[in-house]
Amino acid sequence: MTSIWPQLEPILPKVARPARYIGLEDGSVQPHHDPRKVSWLLLYPDTYEIGLPNQGLQILYEILNERDDALAERSYAPWVDLEAELRSRGLPLFSVDTHRPAGEFDLLAFNLSAELVYTNVLNCIDLAGVPVRAAARRPEHPLVLAGGHCTYNPEPLADFLDAVVLGDGEEVVAEITEVVRDWKASGRTDGSREGVLRALARVPGVYVPSLYDVAYDGPRLVAVTPRFADVPDRVEKRTIADLADWPYPRRQLVPLTEVVHDRLNVEVFRGCTRGCRFCQAGMITRPVRERPAEQVRTMVAEGLRRTGYDEVALTSLSTADFSGIEEVVRAVVDDPVNGQQTSVSLPSLRVDAFTVGIAAQLQRARRTGLTFAPEAGTWRMRQVINKLIREQDLYDAVDAAFSQGWRRMKLYFLTGLPTETDEDTLGIAELGRNCVEIGRRHTRSASVTLSVGGFVPKPFTPFQWFGQNTVPELHRKVGLLRDDLRRHRSVQLKWHDPKATLVEGLTSRGDRRLGPVIEDVWRQAGTFQEWSERFRLDLWLDALARAGLDPDWYVHRHRTEDEVLPWDHLSAGLHKDFLWQDWRDALDEVGLEDCRWTPCYDCGACTGYSIEHIVASATPPAGGSQGTGQDLAAESSTPVQLLARPPQARPAQAGAR
Amino acid sequence: MRIRFRFAKTGKVRFTSHRDVARLWERALRRAELPVASTQGFSPRPKVHFGLALPTGHESLGEYLDVDLREPECASVDPAELPQLLTPLLPAGLTVEAAALVDRPGPSLQEAVTSCSWRIEVPGADLAELTAAVERLLAAPEAWVTRERKGRPVTDDIRPAVAMLAIAGSLPPDRLEPGVVLEAELATQPRGVRPSELLAALEPPHQEGRVCRTHQWIALDGARREPLPAPTTWAPHAQARAS
Ligand code: SF4
Repeated sequence: MTSIWPQLEPILPKVARPARYIGLEDGSVQPHHDPRKVSWLLLYPDTYEIGLPNQGLQILYEILNERDDALAERSYAPWVDLEAELRSRGLPLFSVDTHRPAGEFDLLAFNLSAELVYTNVLNCIDLAGVPVRAAARRPEHPLVLAGGHCTYNPEPLADFLDAVVLGDGEEVVAEITEVVRDWKASGRTDGSREGVLRALARVPGVYVPSLYDVAYDGPRLVAVTPRFADVPDRVEKRTIADLADWPYPRRQLVPLTEVVHDRLNVEVFRGCTRGCRFCQAGMITRPVRERPAEQVRTMVAEGLRRTGYDEVALTSLSTADFSGIEEVVRAVVDDPVNGQQTSVSLPSLRVDAFTVGIAAQLQRARRTGLTFAPEAGTWRMRQVINKLIREQDLYDAVDAAFSQGWRRMKLYFLTGLPTETDEDTLGIAELGRNCVEIGRRHTRSASVTLSVGGFVPKPFTPFQWFGQNTVPELHRKVGLLRDDLRRHRSVQLKWHDPKATLVEGLTSRGDRRLGPVIEDVWRQAGTFQEWSERFRLDLWLDALARAGLDPDWYVHRHRTEDEVLPWDHLSAGLHKDFLWQDWRDALDEVGLEDCRWTPCYDCGACTGYSIEHIVASATPPAGGSQGTGQDLAAESSTPVQLLARPPQARPAQAGAR
Repeated sequence: MRIRFRFAKTGKVRFTSHRDVARLWERALRRAELPVASTQGFSPRPKVHFGLALPTGHESLGEYLDVDLREPECASVDPAELPQLLTPLLPAGLTVEAAALVDRPGPSLQEAVTSCSWRIEVPGADLAELTAAVERLLAAPEAWVTRERKGRPVTDDIRPAVAMLAIAGSLPPDRLEPGVVLEAELATQPRGVRPSELLAALEPPHQEGRVCRTHQWIALDGARREPLPAPTTWAPHAQARAS
């Protein structure tokens, strides 16, 4: 069977949004399958609308299809209506590019961007006609891989994944392709699966869970150790040294139907060293690697021309930090080809780098929504999380935006942070009210939306030792805010369902014993758990009870320094003692400056891999306090404690400035 | 200056919605760098006007779109070149068949179209039985169907909307199961009757398979014609009907 389209066609009129399943996007390819080529099916285990824009998946799709010895197609989790139709007809999961059965590919490679999709991963494997447990797979079955941010603790999925890739995928997919090519050439004979897994484990950045033994002492994890001498004790992440070498995607996919982030997306830098202690993305993607401004301009201009989009997002973890961001935005808006109709959106704006200048450039084009992320309501709390923006920075940014004609903005906050008091929580409402006050000076219709999420501690962050707040505690905190804001109609409060944070916490920091729990929930039809209308806490609690596991122990318990963590045999480059010191500093309310513009702390992300920051500007962007908590313009002294540079001399190779 | 496009929507792309197609056209027009006029105001939109919505999943050989171009830049635009220019900028299956200047101000496409011709596949149907059902419906003075409107069931008589109904033959052999093809012309005023409603009104009711809108019709000086004829060299259906 090469395409199930004829079988699919009569089903599609019966399902919601059938355009999700047809492919045909501009930029997509219908590769020619050939037994000599390694065929990858890149899967995003959520709906097409969420998965299609994923840049990581699109980058690998292009890189693999450029190779002579590989090809790649894509697939997304079918919604429950199509799944039921497929199952009732015995039809498999398929690629959207050529509608080929998923089980016919050599590799099923999942992008894991969120923990709540784990049951969807199992569902996709099963729909592909592949045994969900890795141990039950035979040589004729595809290899099941995963990459993406969640793979820094893949242990809850260890039973189901053949191999896991840590870090940037651009280079390692080539090495994996070569290993699998040899396996295919050898005929994928009986018993050869073990051999290919051993070979994959020798590729730097690739972790093969089945090649490790796990020892427990009661509930405690004692050790995760390789079973063979050629399998590494610790798997190190992969990092591409220079983003300029990877101007991908060159042909961003343009979907036929509406998806999230439906616009041109150009990644302007990868990595972030602002050092926010709650932020896993920032910690695991160090160091900062900026794309040259010239390349950004070319990618924007060519991308807009090719796609016909009238909006471009300059993406990164903190786009206002990009060297010369104002000029780049101006160039995009001024480009005559874009005809002054192109809007530029800057997701993830830091308030202390958002200036009137940027606001003025943005408002010249069509205006998009503006979102700031102060993350915490009080200065004390922001010192704990190392988001060292002063209240004044926020007010200046908000004032800049309102003065340039914005009427509405959104502020992101976390609650349930370490050491948080009710005063800190209520500070969120206070900030919201003050921002509306500022807006009122410019427009009577000023309004602010406060979006509040429950904090989930993540691996490879200083908060990995912190016991997460319970669901009732998070509910109580949201209730405090709701009561406090009841009479302020121009401050809207939105919050995420705290119930889901329990499962997110469980899967974020859990160990291999959660495998049966995930499988259990999946077997009870607990898919699409990241969709609030489908989320079922009862399924998870029942499954935990059946497995004899205690959610409190996994989620709400503080860890100690000597505890073996389930991800200790993996590495994001960060030294564990650096993270522990940063955790102590957090509890002491001591901040840490951005190492991009100040001395290196030897966290390990550069020093361990002999790479460096690539940053065009040696100084922070103008304006605000720039993560020092001090008003740099006025040289006044806000009472902030900053950690001085570490006593040891810093390694010579770190930090290109 | 207003340009009317006629395009076909066939194959996989038929599963996109009316709204999706509008967005695909907007992007294609921008890529073609045509001087499309835009609305004034806070967030300007291109001035494009779509005809009657085609239900998601149905194919069509006669879809229409009116686009307003800016003066004076529009002087350099040759409508005859537009089909070749735009088809490659649209996804496979959206094919621009014709483009021509239209007079303004005319009625909008949505107001002007009075009926549509459909080719309706009825998989699993028996030729003799369906023929009898068609004859019964044509002989009946009324044909009541119940549909859902704003969450409430509404029952109305669609018999006056059935301008033509006939058996066109058997399903093509490449379909998964055998069946019968119907041809119908259904009025769009006061509301557009859908092929599925027509099949529901048959005795016994039937379910539609693939459906294709073959023509949209406007009334002009008492005569029925298409908003923009397809080039005769291309359109086998139009030729068959004309002969
Ligand atoms: S190694 Fe040094 S310069 Fe590199 S990210 Fe870590 S602290 Fe910053």
